[in-house]
Amino acid sequence: MMTPANRLDPKQLLTRKSFIELSARERAKALLDEGTYRELLGPFERLESPWLPMQGVVPQSDDGLIVARGTLSGKDAAILAIEGRFQGGSTGEVSGAKIAAALELAQHDAENGWPVQVLLLLETGGVRLQEANLGLEAIAEINSSMVALREHVPVVGVISGMVGCFGGMAITAALCSYLIMTRQGRLGLNGPEVIEEQSGIEEFDSSDRQLIWAVNGGEQRYAAGFVDDLVEDDVKLIRERVIEAFGRGVPCRHRSEQVEDYLERLATIDVTHQLEIRHFGRLWSKRVLS
Amino acid sequence: MEKLSFDYPASQPVQQRTHVGVVGSGDLEVLLEPSSDEMAHVTIRTSVDGFGQIWKQVMDRFFSRYQGAATIEINDFGATPGMVMLRLEQAAEGSR
Repeated sequence: MMTPANRLDPKQLLTRKSFIELSARERAKALLDEGTYRELLGPFERLESPWLPMQGVVPQSDDGLIVARGTLSGKDAAILAIEGRFQGGSTGEVSGAKIAAALELAQHDAENGWPVQVLLLLETGGVRLQEANLGLEAIAEINSSMVALREHVPVVGVISGMVGCFGGMAITAALCSYLIMTRQGRLGLNGPEVIEEQSGIEEFDSSDRQLIWAVNGGEQRYAAGFVDDLVEDDVKLIRERVIEAFGRGVPCRHRSEQVEDYLERLATIDVTHQLEIRHFGRLWSKRVLS
Repeated sequence: MEKLSFDYPASQPVQQRTHVGVVGSGDLEVLLEPSSDEMAHVTIRTSVDGFGQIWKQVMDRFFSRYQGAATIEINDFGATPGMVMLRLEQAAEGSR
């Protein structure tokens, strides 16, 4: 089991290179071994969303999804990096198809004796609402590809922030063999605004940042065992932890396969009282990952 | 969303294609490629309607200094003229 990163000292804070501040393309470049980065289906292929312009929304030439190939610590790697600044990193028909196809390709390679390390840089609000059903279908394809691929090679996910990882893509995050977060990252099925809209401000105040990070933040997710590693916002540290995660190989039981354990825990929750975050921490702190 | 296009005479061949920026709030994406004739062709898709005149002024100013025979595609998400100029210069530099 890994221990969470110690907070950076003042000198480290000054000399660190922020990962969060990088664009998706810069992130992929920063993680791969120097000089090995190459992009598949890049901007000049112009695989943009056909649906956004019809609705008066400016599309992006790569649909906000970077497929990068190269090596990581000398081993073949593919990085799927979502650009959170374009449409909140949402998954549309094209960006979703790029992820699903890359995962399938990696599965094909792995089955033919050529294991490729697959890394997801998740920065997404989930399905792109303008593409509704096509986005949902894409996520279904991605998730079934994840389950098939992770039998062969570990799939690692990083949620660094500041968008976080929500909606259908949070399910994808949960399917990862290993998940790495920063304190700034957030992970949740429904985003704070969705919960407030659906259940009222008494249930969840989406303007309360402290509450949001206490529920969805990296520190909380790590404490509850939904995430394997908590890391500071630093390119070098994140790269080290990603390499370390791949080094652990395919887990004998993925977190999402531990259904019985989670059901058992859910059964012990007293739903007649509002659950406090500190109680939740106590209840879920026993890590089940084998 | 509004579409705009501009053409300028150009004398210098462009060495390589380049991509900069992101279609995010206050930012834009620029795709710059060598063009097939001695002209520069600019096509713009912008999320903010009604600023065609400003776009023309920004382009006129950029092409008063830049001679590259480039096909430039811009996907804009509400960038200021200063931001547009910076991205264009960044793209021009990357294509040398």
